Amino acid sequence: MAFLARYREEFLRATQLGRRWRWLPAPVRRAMPILVLLALAVPYPYYVGDLPTNVPVINAFPSVHSLVTILVFVTMAVGLNVVVGYAGLLDLGYVAFYAIGAYSAGWFASGQFEQVNIHFGSIGPTAQLSGIHISVWLVFLIAGVITAIGGILIGLPTLRLRGDYLAIVTLGFGEIIPQAVRNADKEGVGFDLTHGTFGISPIDSPGFGKHLHDSLGLPISYQQSLHADRLFFWTVLVVLLVTVFCSLRLRDSRLGRAWIAIREDETAAGAMGVPLMRTKTWAYAIGAFFGGIAGAYIASFNSGAFPSQFDFNISVFLLCMVILGGMGSLWGVVVAGIILAWLNVEGLANIGAWLNRDIFDPLFGIQIDVPKYSFGIYGFIIVLMMLFRPIGLIPERRRKLEIEEGAGRGPIDAPLRESRRADEPTGGAKG
Amino acid sequence: MLLVLLGAWLVKNFLVLDDKADFFNIFLIGLTTGSLYALIALGYTLVYGILQLINFAHGDVFALSGLFSSTVIVSLFNLDEGSAALAILGGLFATFLIAMVFGALVNSSIEFLAYRRLRSAPRLAVLITAVGMSFIVQNISLAIYDVNARSIPPLISKASVFEFRGVHYGWDDFFVLLVTAPVLVLMTWLVKSTRQGKAMRATSQDPEAAAIMGIDVNRTISFTFALAGGLAGIAAVLYLVVTNMRYDAGFQLGLIAFTAAVLGGIGNLTGAVLGALLIGLIQNFNEGLPWLTPGSDWTKSIVFAILIAILVFRPEGLLGERTPEGA
Repeated sequence: MAFLARYREEFLRATQLGRRWRWLPAPVRRAMPILVLLALAVPYPYYVGDLPTNVPVINAFPSVHSLVTILVFVTMAVGLNVVVGYAGLLDLGYVAFYAIGAYSAGWFASGQFEQVNIHFGSIGPTAQLSGIHISVWLVFLIAGVITAIGGILIGLPTLRLRGDYLAIVTLGFGEIIPQAVRNADKEGVGFDLTHGTFGISPIDSPGFGKHLHDSLGLPISYQQSLHADRLFFWTVLVVLLVTVFCSLRLRDSRLGRAWIAIREDETAAGAMGVPLMRTKTWAYAIGAFFGGIAGAYIASFNSGAFPSQFDFNISVFLLCMVILGGMGSLWGVVVAGIILAWLNVEGLANIGAWLNRDIFDPLFGIQIDVPKYSFGIYGFIIVLMMLFRPIGLIPERRRKLEIEEGAGRGPIDAPLRESRRADEPTGGAKG
Repeated sequence: MLLVLLGAWLVKNFLVLDDKADFFNIFLIGLTTGSLYALIALGYTLVYGILQLINFAHGDVFALSGLFSSTVIVSLFNLDEGSAALAILGGLFATFLIAMVFGALVNSSIEFLAYRRLRSAPRLAVLITAVGMSFIVQNISLAIYDVNARSIPPLISKASVFEFRGVHYGWDDFFVLLVTAPVLVLMTWLVKSTRQGKAMRATSQDPEAAAIMGIDVNRTISFTFALAGGLAGIAAVLYLVVTNMRYDAGFQLGLIAFTAAVLGGIGNLTGAVLGALLIGLIQNFNEGLPWLTPGSDWTKSIVFAILIAILVFRPEGLLGERTPEGA
């Protein structure tokens, strides 16, 4: 990295462009990569059709439909990064938040509760349709809040625990909630809360309604639009941007500094007056909030919430994004999230097809179903990253220092072999 | 308090049952399940005791060993229910040995390839690596054995060992107990009385001091992983005797066994066995009894609720000592 930076410097110095670049005010310079990316991303639906479809290795660029799913997963990864990356709390059950978010959308924007007939600003369903139909925009927020409350409820009893115990408890919740969702139908709990294995479907779609359509030309309803994917894509882009913005601002806030202090050394942070429980619970609540919004969004996009979506695998998949990008490194997580989510949605199938066509079949005469081993591949990525580059692809500067200088050996980050003598006055050891 | 409630729940169920014999049948099956869990739970507890690491890959080592031993039994030894009794017993014994060696090899190579390099890394890093290893091992099983469940012919008959007023116990279930009990005794002897066991205990108490005393810490840790893997191998063959094995069976079972280890007090060998028996009984009572039992749909939730409750209220488990992780 260092030599790259040097060359860049020389290149900038040598060119006229460099001088212009330096005249720009610092905030503009820093925001430039994002602006360039956005300039590429926003019109993507218009030029994706003109992109070549026989690119070597990746075959084709992702469709707009896939991009929506990809960006929703990136949003979740950014949320998980708050918990794992900033506050250093290993969460192996993030899928629980995704589930709560998706089902909140299911409850408040579908015909699930046919006993009642509540409408509030919803687009699409007619007033006679039974069930709760609240405007989906509002439902996203409601889902976020419900999930955040869920995060607090999960967090309050468990955040006293440290390190691996916390990981296990979150894993437990991550397994309980999908099973509860799967079973909470008429036979299971006596009241049809989640419609069991069938899931809740259809779920209302966002839209702006007739009035705004006539005056501003905004689409009436996404799902009924001819370009539903495009609309969902732009909206999730906004959601992601807001999430990233919040995440950035949070990181530099008082709360964010408290998280990092806890991550580096919980005991020292506590001694310095950081309220441990409150700070950690906030990390949980905020991480859950983003997860809930993302869950509600994808439920609305797929027009359904199904229990089979909420596997432990998803938690690991999201964790893999955070690790690959570099824990705590926001841009790293976004980049890694885009890559991994793309691999999951389209990439592995495309790359697998390419491998089979150009390498496996001609050379070895075999065909390998690559997407089948997706989670083996993610596991491999996790292990390789941990062994050879634990700071991630695009590490956060502070985190890098922490790991390289061996700072931050708090109770959570304590090295495996340094046993607990220091904080165990009684000296009792286990047999 | 909880135990009183549990007892009341059992008594009430016993009274509600039409056929009182069922209660004992369920109890016996629970013992079988529990002793299977015990073998897996010991693997978790051994490794945790020495490295303070939850070896997520353990359950998948168990599944891979099971799939491997199904091949050994069916293809290598060609055993089926028609084989001579002696051939079956000899073949099973050989399978146990092979599965043990296999499990031990897999488990200690995981340690050698991944965890050993992370000795001085943050604990969270090793834990994450363990999750990654779990997926890798699971996908190796998937690559070799595909998604279909593997089973072996019913080598041990389902006929009853004894029949007493409707209470009966199948040979296949009894076989699990028959194998587990001596293995557990052997384990205890190994850890309590041999030189290697002493080295293990010393390393788990204080690795640096153990190293100063001339114990080869790396070798001891490898041995612990091998022992855990060997137990998983035995458990895998027993599991095949009672039911069939799929490439992803290990993950669920591993988590249940881990819960058992935590229930008993992680790092504590007796605790792991006790916890496993309790979990096995609770699971079967939940699935078999009529009154106030949510049924098998909720088994996973109940087990994890127990896990969470223990970690939150009594992290040292039933028999363990207090550790700062839970303080």
